[in-house]
Amino acid sequence: MLSSALRNLPVSSAWAAGAFARSFSCSSQFQASVQPKTKKTLGKTGVKNVVVVEGVRIPFLQSGTSYADLMPHDLARAALQGLLTRTNVPKDVVDYIVYGTVIQEVKTSNVAREAALGAGFSDKTPAHTVTMACISSNQAMTTGVGMIAAGQCDVVVAGGTMLTLNRAKSLGQKLSLISKIRPDYFTPELPAVAEFSTSETMGHSADRLAAAFGISRLEQDEYALRSHTLAKKAQDEGLLQDVVPFKVPGKDTVTKDNGIRPSSMEQMGKLKPAFVKPYGTVTAANSSFLTDGASAILIMSEEKALAMGYKPKAYLRDFVYVSQDPKDQLLLGPTYATPKVLEKAGLSLSDIDVFEFHEAFAGQILANLKAMDSDWFAQNYMGRKSKVGAPPLDKFNTWGGSLSLGHPFGATGCRLVITAAHRLKKEGGQYGLVAACAAGGQVMSLRAPCNCLIPLVTLQDFSLWGTKIIPKLSMENCVWR
Amino acid sequence: MNEIWANEAVRSAVLISSKPGSFIAGADLNMLEACKTAQEVTQLSQDGQKMLEKIEHSPKPVVAAISGSCLGGGLEVAIACHYRVATKDKKTVLGTPEVLLGLLPGAGGTQRLPKMVGLPAAFDMMLTGRNIRADRAKKMGLVDQLVEPLGPGLKTPEARTIEYLEEVAISFARGLANKTVSAKRSRGFMQRLTDYAMALPFVRQQVYKTVESKVQKQTKGLYPAPLKIIEVVKTGLDQGNDAGYLIEAQSFGQLAVTKESKALMGLYHGQVHCKKNKFGTPQKEVKTLAVLGAGLMGAGIAQVSVDKGIKTILKDTTQKGLDRGQQQVYKGLNSKVKKKSLTSFERDSILSNMLGQLDYEGFEKADMVIEAVFEDINIKHKVLKEVEAVIPAHCIFASNTSALPISQIAAASKRPEKVIGMHYFSPVDKMQLLEIITTDKTSQDTAASAVAVGLKQGKVVIVVKDGPGFYTTRCLGPMLSEVVRVLQEGVDPKKVDAISTAFGFPVGAATLIDEVGVDVATHVAEDLGKAFGPRFGGGSIDLFKLMVQRGFLGRKAGKGFYVYQEGVKNRSVNSGMDEILEKFRVPANPDVCSDEDIQMRLVTRFVNEAAMCLQEGILSSPVEGDIGAVFGLGFPPCLGGPFRFADSFGARQLVDKLRKYEAVYGSQFTPCQLLLDHANSPGKKFHQ
Repeated sequence: MLSSALRNLPVSSAWAAGAFARSFSCSSQFQASVQPKTKKTLGKTGVKNVVVVEGVRIPFLQSGTSYADLMPHDLARAALQGLLTRTNVPKDVVDYIVYGTVIQEVKTSNVAREAALGAGFSDKTPAHTVTMACISSNQAMTTGVGMIAAGQCDVVVAGGTMLTLNRAKSLGQKLSLISKIRPDYFTPELPAVAEFSTSETMGHSADRLAAAFGISRLEQDEYALRSHTLAKKAQDEGLLQDVVPFKVPGKDTVTKDNGIRPSSMEQMGKLKPAFVKPYGTVTAANSSFLTDGASAILIMSEEKALAMGYKPKAYLRDFVYVSQDPKDQLLLGPTYATPKVLEKAGLSLSDIDVFEFHEAFAGQILANLKAMDSDWFAQNYMGRKSKVGAPPLDKFNTWGGSLSLGHPFGATGCRLVITAAHRLKKEGGQYGLVAACAAGGQVMSLRAPCNCLIPLVTLQDFSLWGTKIIPKLSMENCVWR
Repeated sequence: MNEIWANEAVRSAVLISSKPGSFIAGADLNMLEACKTAQEVTQLSQDGQKMLEKIEHSPKPVVAAISGSCLGGGLEVAIACHYRVATKDKKTVLGTPEVLLGLLPGAGGTQRLPKMVGLPAAFDMMLTGRNIRADRAKKMGLVDQLVEPLGPGLKTPEARTIEYLEEVAISFARGLANKTVSAKRSRGFMQRLTDYAMALPFVRQQVYKTVESKVQKQTKGLYPAPLKIIEVVKTGLDQGNDAGYLIEAQSFGQLAVTKESKALMGLYHGQVHCKKNKFGTPQKEVKTLAVLGAGLMGAGIAQVSVDKGIKTILKDTTQKGLDRGQQQVYKGLNSKVKKKSLTSFERDSILSNMLGQLDYEGFEKADMVIEAVFEDINIKHKVLKEVEAVIPAHCIFASNTSALPISQIAAASKRPEKVIGMHYFSPVDKMQLLEIITTDKTSQDTAASAVAVGLKQGKVVIVVKDGPGFYTTRCLGPMLSEVVRVLQEGVDPKKVDAISTAFGFPVGAATLIDEVGVDVATHVAEDLGKAFGPRFGGGSIDLFKLMVQRGFLGRKAGKGFYVYQEGVKNRSVNSGMDEILEKFRVPANPDVCSDEDIQMRLVTRFVNEAAMCLQEGILSSPVEGDIGAVFGLGFPPCLGGPFRFADSFGARQLVDKLRKYEAVYGSQFTPCQLLLDHANSPGKKFHQ
């Protein structure tokens, strides 16, 4: 895979100067570059090109570990500070901040504003918070893309944050919790989130989906193991460059994701089904786990980025949100969205070099792959003449995914985009596609349920600046919850 | 099955239906009906028992994989298996509906069920015949595992769900054979406690006694099956399996040849008959329905339409009336949410398909308009003209009226071929019957469309010809007139109710008048009296009129023959009626005033009028007549309807009774020609 990517990139001198001046990209990144391909640009006449300058995230941790005593805006603040440090972007240049979150903490309901103020952004920069279940940060990014494309802003920071277990802070709150304790409070903290419209939990839906596509427990475990193995490898090789360290008050500095745990098929095989008992196939090991984390991404109009001397990492080109039946097709968003966004961009599946799909459940990913590869499904449920085809696995989530890295509901979208950008660069690709599925729900301790099962796809096209080549990455996002 | 037991390679088995939507929906009724004697039926039962006993004692575990209805014999097969896996969808229901056909579970069900779900739950199932949804069945211990229905995959959801059910069932069958799965269910504390209590003979005796007295009270001893069920269960538990199976088979045979069972089976066939559209598929499906008038009826019609996915406009003339109607629909749906047969989300999405309004906006998209406005020909004409000005050419105009002739209503129409009567019964969401009335001018397609809508609303539909009172109201008229005469003869309302319910009517005759509304009854009695003359006489209509004058309008006014108070269960007789009844008192002739005579006076007038409807062609068949009377008017189900009753009681005997009362009261009891014909040719029956 690397052999095709290691080519020299002719960099125009003006470009290089700007980039180095900002000390923005590390040298290793710079070597991995793309040979000029003769593919067309996906730029549109009359619409501003939108670029990703940089994206970061704090390490994703299993819920209840080092971040347990913090609040969601603390995590967002850390991600924003990380972004500032990485990019040195002058605070007053930022026109707008959009953050995604899933369950709003009552005291910081506009978490974007609280985090931005705390991170030292200008108090003159407006900020708002969006929510769209698991694709909340995708929504934040595309909101920013829309603002830039519409000419309203030039520089937008987008991101997402999620802290799933809010602990009671005061003694009174602690006491009031005691009265509410039920035995099921002590069951494993799997993402048991019920869809408001159907009262079905996500895991249950995933189990049914896997059964509908005839995906065995073994296949799911194998896929989960692949995710963990690849994530471990990427972590060890230092490929997860989007991670910024976070000094947690009162605790040590967190530098790494802590949910990556490559196991063995035997170990995984021992687990009992978590949702459909006793014969289901979805287990704790082949599901994404409850995760705390936050991400942030800096997007700009292309001319602004170039004028400021940045070397952008990718174009953000097209995106699509789709939605379908919340009962039986809750987690099938990527299947529906992928052909749509490809058509919009005038590309075919084989043009895509890098796929980053959100892995809610191994069974869900495998079901989507099967659905995308089925003419019958395309004809009967999508109103298409033929299938779009399944992404080849050697281009698919090769640095791990939500199953292994974790899935802070509000923050995953930015991770997918920036990972796709980094992979394109490293592997020498041109187009990336990001997808995630979303649904609605809530996590244990808070109430407000939110729903919507909106899979969304964005297609980003990452051109490498300085040449005629267009790097791109497309993202599609299938959010769940 | 023998193959399974013989083949050494087979270690376990799964029973699954190849027919989608049904596991086994029960035994073949025709097979039962073909039997001439109780012995033949007993033999059938014993064959069934033996077959299922083999399954139960099979050394190789057998798993039942249930999808769709699992009723009657189907359930008995399932509970004879060692393990049950069922799909958890709305179509999967389990139950023992035999009692509704006057029978009992005859293939070991009465013996296995109490052991499986406990005595109280088993009695509940067998005595009510209710359908049990899969999730409830799991809680009761009737099934061991549930399988969620699947969505689309690489096959249709239905096909893949069945396949998945089979896969899961196979995994459990394998598990049972390997002993990795135990068929023993873990019972909850309460269940174990109940089981323990039920093991004590004196507790069991107490249960039998309670259940028996409850059954007696509800059936008035008119239905033999429930009592037999109790006896059979009791024998099995107290005297052991052999005695239990024997008496089960014998009782099954005895019950199958009772006239009650024949009547109930007749109703079952009639219901199936009335769930078909004999006019074929209409040219245009009704997708948008407008209902005029948001009263009890209008809102009820809107409710049963919108919850079947028909877009419904509910129009009234006042905001207050409209609010009341919309609230009624909400309440109706919400009660289903409370019973968990609907989710609150489904309720809301159903309601989003209903528009409440005061004007005719959107009527240009209506495929059918059903009016349920006040029963006054002038108002109906006014509404008809207003509506015809705004609806599209294909739109059907249906009138919900209980007595106004449709042809009279249609007289104001520019397009009488599109006008039809749809007579609903109150409360619309509970009463199963819909009486559709066609005039000479009503087109076939209009009729097809009305029947299609009725069937979609879940109704049992009869189609009758136009005429005063159509069929149902017309039959009820003479009977209610007779009720009034009985009251005038000095029988108090409570006694009248007791006598009529003892005959099998679900609601007492005096109470029925209160329910219908005295004003409505007056209205109808006057109209019908004008149309049919003295035959509809008997009781004095002036008694009704005085009641209306005094405000004794029945339940809706809080006073009628009884006083109705919110929250008071035992209502008392309205003392204000004493004076009125006294005023209209007539002497009673002791020859025709025994309890039995009073019953016969009420019923013979009903049956005679029904026969006249058939004779005049208002009714197209006795089947529809029976269904209409039982499902619309509460004619005793154990008698199977007026025509079935005429057959079983004997036309000759019926005519004799009529003649006897005719001698005392005159022409109101003159038997109609059709009855006389039947009386004169003994082999002739309404139902062959």
